[in-house]
Amino acid sequence: MTLTLNHYLFVSGLLFAIGLGGVMLRRNIIIIFMCLELMLNAANLSLVAFSRFNLVNGLPNYNAQVLVFFIITVAAAEVAVGLAIIVALYRARQTTHVEDINSLKF
Amino acid sequence: MSPILFYFFAALTLIFGVAVVANRNPVASALCLVVSFLGLAALFVGLDAYFIAVIQVLVYAGAVMVLFLFIIMLLDMKAETRRKPNLIAYAGGGLVAMAFVAQLWLVLERFTAGHSPFPTIWLKDGQQSIDDVHNVGTTLFSVHNLPFQVIGVLILVATVGVVVLSKRELK
Repeated sequence: MTLTLNHYLFVSGLLFAIGLGGVMLRRNIIIIFMCLELMLNAANLSLVAFSRFNLVNGLPNYNAQVLVFFIITVAAAEVAVGLAIIVALYRARQTTHVEDINSLKF
Repeated sequence: MSPILFYFFAALTLIFGVAVVANRNPVASALCLVVSFLGLAALFVGLDAYFIAVIQVLVYAGAVMVLFLFIIMLLDMKAETRRKPNLIAYAGGGLVAMAFVAQLWLVLERFTAGHSPFPTIWLKDGQQSIDDVHNVGTTLFSVHNLPFQVIGVLILVATVGVVVLSKRELK
């Protein structure tokens, strides 16, 4: 049997579902952040799979790979800023548990 | 990529992805995340995206992971103490993830184009594999030059933001 595009898309979707479930059921803010990274990576996987599937002049569609490059860059910047926010939050509240941080809760 | 390798690395990525969510210890979670990203990089190699695979290893498995582990160390986080489990959150998270997978299954079943195998890449005579870094670089610097410059500004803004956020007193 050969690999098809759907194999990769399904793995990508499963990875996204794992990240989504993790964001919803974990209460530790750092783990939630890691699950966000998982979801970004799931999107990257489907982009690269589509890039390989839709050949342009016999080569992969490199526009998609450049987009993945940008996503990785933005994700790295996001991690830096997010972790700085978490550290500032920890200094103010001494906790990383999201249920203890409820000042903005309606 | 042979199907066996694909299934191996896909299983590696997914199992360690689940381990990230399931572990109570944040350090173990972060290390599972590294393995998950490495499996994903192997999948990228299987899709002939060598440059993206290398970037994935360098940026995610390298820089981002060090940052995560550093923050976990800095905050001195222990394994989570067992609190009263929030059953509604567990049920909600599980249900939404399951619904997502079910919907994905339905959509992919009907996506007939996705059932055909990947087309073969045209290689020039004597070429072993595609000239990946060269092609990505050409596309990046010619077609997408302006977004590339904007990304540079974004990183500068992020750097300044992190410095401001990390100051002892926020005014």
